[in-house]
Amino acid sequence: MADISSNFLGIKSPNPFWLASAPPTDKKINVIRAYEAGWGGVVWKTLGSQIKNVSSRYSSVNYGGKRMMGFNNIELISDRPLEINLREIYEVVSMYPDRAMIVSLMADNDRNSWHELIQKCEDAGAMGFELNFGCPHGMTERGMGAAVGQDPEIAKMVVEWVMEKANIPVITKLTPNVHSVVPTARASVEGGTNALSLINTIQSVTGVNLDTLVPNPFVAGKSVFGGYCGPAVKPIALKMLTTIAQDPLTSRVPISGIGGVSTWKDAVEFMLLGSTTVQVCTAAMAHGFRIIEDMCEGLNNWMDEKGYKTTNDFIGKSVEKITHWEDLDINYHHIAHINQDKCIHCGLCFITCEDTSHQSIHIERGHPYNTYTVKDEECVGCNLCQLVCPVEDCITMEVHRVAPEYINWKEWQQRGLPLNDH
Amino acid sequence: MSVKNNRLSPSEYAQNFADIHPPFENAEAAAIEANRCLYCYDAPCMKSCPTSIDVPKFIRQIASENLKGSAHTILSANIMGAGCSKVCPVEKLCEGACVYNLMHEEPINIAKLQRYSTGKAMEHNWQLFERKPSIGKRVAIVGAGPAGLSCAHVLSREGIDVTIFEKESKGGGLMTYGIAAYKVTPEFCESEVNYITSIGGIDIRYNQELGKNFSLQTLQSEYDAVYLGFGVGLARKLDIPGEDLDGVVDAISFIYDLRSNDFSAIRVGDRVAVIGMGMTAIDAATQAKRLGAKEVTLIYRRTQDEMPCTEHELNIAKLDGCKIIWLASPIEVLGLEGMVSHLVCDIMQLGAPDASGRRSPVSSGQTFTLEVDMVIKAAGQMPYEHLVDSYQLYNHKGKVEVNDHSSTNLKGVFAGGDCVNGGKEVVDAVQAGKDGAAAILAYL
Repeated sequence: MADISSNFLGIKSPNPFWLASAPPTDKKINVIRAYEAGWGGVVWKTLGSQIKNVSSRYSSVNYGGKRMMGFNNIELISDRPLEINLREIYEVVSMYPDRAMIVSLMADNDRNSWHELIQKCEDAGAMGFELNFGCPHGMTERGMGAAVGQDPEIAKMVVEWVMEKANIPVITKLTPNVHSVVPTARASVEGGTNALSLINTIQSVTGVNLDTLVPNPFVAGKSVFGGYCGPAVKPIALKMLTTIAQDPLTSRVPISGIGGVSTWKDAVEFMLLGSTTVQVCTAAMAHGFRIIEDMCEGLNNWMDEKGYKTTNDFIGKSVEKITHWEDLDINYHHIAHINQDKCIHCGLCFITCEDTSHQSIHIERGHPYNTYTVKDEECVGCNLCQLVCPVEDCITMEVHRVAPEYINWKEWQQRGLPLNDH
Repeated sequence: MSVKNNRLSPSEYAQNFADIHPPFENAEAAAIEANRCLYCYDAPCMKSCPTSIDVPKFIRQIASENLKGSAHTILSANIMGAGCSKVCPVEKLCEGACVYNLMHEEPINIAKLQRYSTGKAMEHNWQLFERKPSIGKRVAIVGAGPAGLSCAHVLSREGIDVTIFEKESKGGGLMTYGIAAYKVTPEFCESEVNYITSIGGIDIRYNQELGKNFSLQTLQSEYDAVYLGFGVGLARKLDIPGEDLDGVVDAISFIYDLRSNDFSAIRVGDRVAVIGMGMTAIDAATQAKRLGAKEVTLIYRRTQDEMPCTEHELNIAKLDGCKIIWLASPIEVLGLEGMVSHLVCDIMQLGAPDASGRRSPVSSGQTFTLEVDMVIKAAGQMPYEHLVDSYQLYNHKGKVEVNDHSSTNLKGVFAGGDCVNGGKEVVDAVQAGKDGAAAILAYL
């Protein structure tokens, strides 16, 4: 059995799966249920000056009959009295000292407010802080949340205030609603943050009701941009995570990855691209806390299969595998091959290639089944046919290198090598 | 042993003749199945449909909640798409060709999805087609069955004024009178006919039989063109001793009676033998069982490999508790006081392939005798040979001969459906009606 426990700047948890700061972590009853289910830790829903929420709060994007492929919310930080939150945190930490208890913070925009809040939370037993510089709605209009995270200077200043006071590890959570997460991440590291987490939600409109013409979610005939999350945002999160993991400055601090993690596989991908822990919210909101069981078992089995003893053995292993386009090997070439024994003659490879790619699939009409074969000389190896094929391993991409040696675009140009003539 | 009616309680009749095809419970259930469809290109299901319904398109339209578009896609290819979704042998047509079969997965439930769209269209009486203004041309159609109605609808859309002459008192043809009641109810058939004719420009004159109430010459002189879609009617005789005994009936009239009367009025035996293994034989056998017959035995002179019905149909009969005797051919019906008492059968063996390509059954010389009180003949239907001969219509053993353009040897007289092909599926007749309409439009 592999050891899936996690040590994040000294904050230990039995597994690397934390619940992200969100509705599932805003009160004791939820957090106890999560711990009982097996979650490694929680980031308590953001504390700050008490606010008031609206109804409704969530909306989602369904796709292909599957619900909640993407999810958005217009909820603000905790709307419960600070004292109740602090008391409950204290009680939960006393009951489950082996689990990570991070508290998310968004104090009013002055040094004293931050210092006071930090003191109270440390007294309540918090093991770490996560600075909410990312909330994309409601709080931004008040100069908080993403309004801080979108400005590296302000972010650095707030991090510095926090670091003056905090005695426990501080994680700065980044907003994705920027052209690049790197400037704020660097500023936060320069300001002294001990770690980074990303991504917060992405500003979004999930859809428009075609009867009322009001976008979702509906609040008395109006809507507002909400924060988007769930499986749909995972690729964006992974990209932003990679930029942080590759940057010479920001890669010095540990990262807690967030954004559409639903399964152990998603989690492993985040970890391979540099996350020490991962945070989950939407998947739990869609299915309940019980998903943690498979996440732990799946991670364990995968680590055993690959021979990894601890999570540190593979964290960050894929970071160096994402390079610059101009460094890619132009002599690498692979082409599609259709296994006729597996083909079910659905024609999806043909029609997508014919309509939208390189007309590289030959069709031989039959009744009722057509036969499809790849025109090797036309195939550019784009993968589209393999991606649309409904049969596992029916279409495989087979390597046919143009030449044995590595050559990239820069060198190709320098040598004046030929470009396509059609 | 006796042949009698009123064997069951009203609730038992209701249960036995309830729709065999329950609809999707709700839109979500339909959407789940619709989303399973791979949306194949040049789809095998579409190519296996005699009317070429664009199946992937109509299923995608269910998934996208464009239900009207979905119904239009179906009905523009097959105006009886609602009925066909209940009676088509889909396991040998669209669903049989579904690529999921090649993955050893359940094929898409195409018929059920088609019932969903077309059912909504009929329920809400969506007018999906617009009739062009009348162009002053008149076409007479003989027979308000699938071929005639399909032909009429296409013609009406093009502004032709259509008159249909129907010998029965209801439209729908064999759909209404010749198919098991748990597949399509008489009420459904009536609403489908009404839905089709709601486009306007189609006048159906009921109880008007060709050769009895009017002649072909009259139609030729009064209309710009004539389409014959009068189907087949006469049950094939067994030509064996005892065929005239009380208790021997043909499947078509048995089902016809059942479709035109209250179930409790239909007489059925204690021990029933059904001769044949086509769809009609299965329908007759299952209905006899559901009417309360104690024992129903299907008798077929070949084996399961040669049977005309689908395996799906055979399984319905088996699940209803019908017995099956393969390789048996009736040679005599024995009677007692004029009533059927026994059926004597030859035990057959398979010999050399015949004209149909199937191995032909030959007598082994041995016989067996079944104790029965009713014999239902379902050995196929005969074309109206005498009728077509009387009008000098070229024909092959009564099947009207047409050229590639649905045209008979008589000028301006077209034909299609069972009266031409000798008896195929409803969906084939619908396509024939479309082809006929296209030929008539070109002719006019």
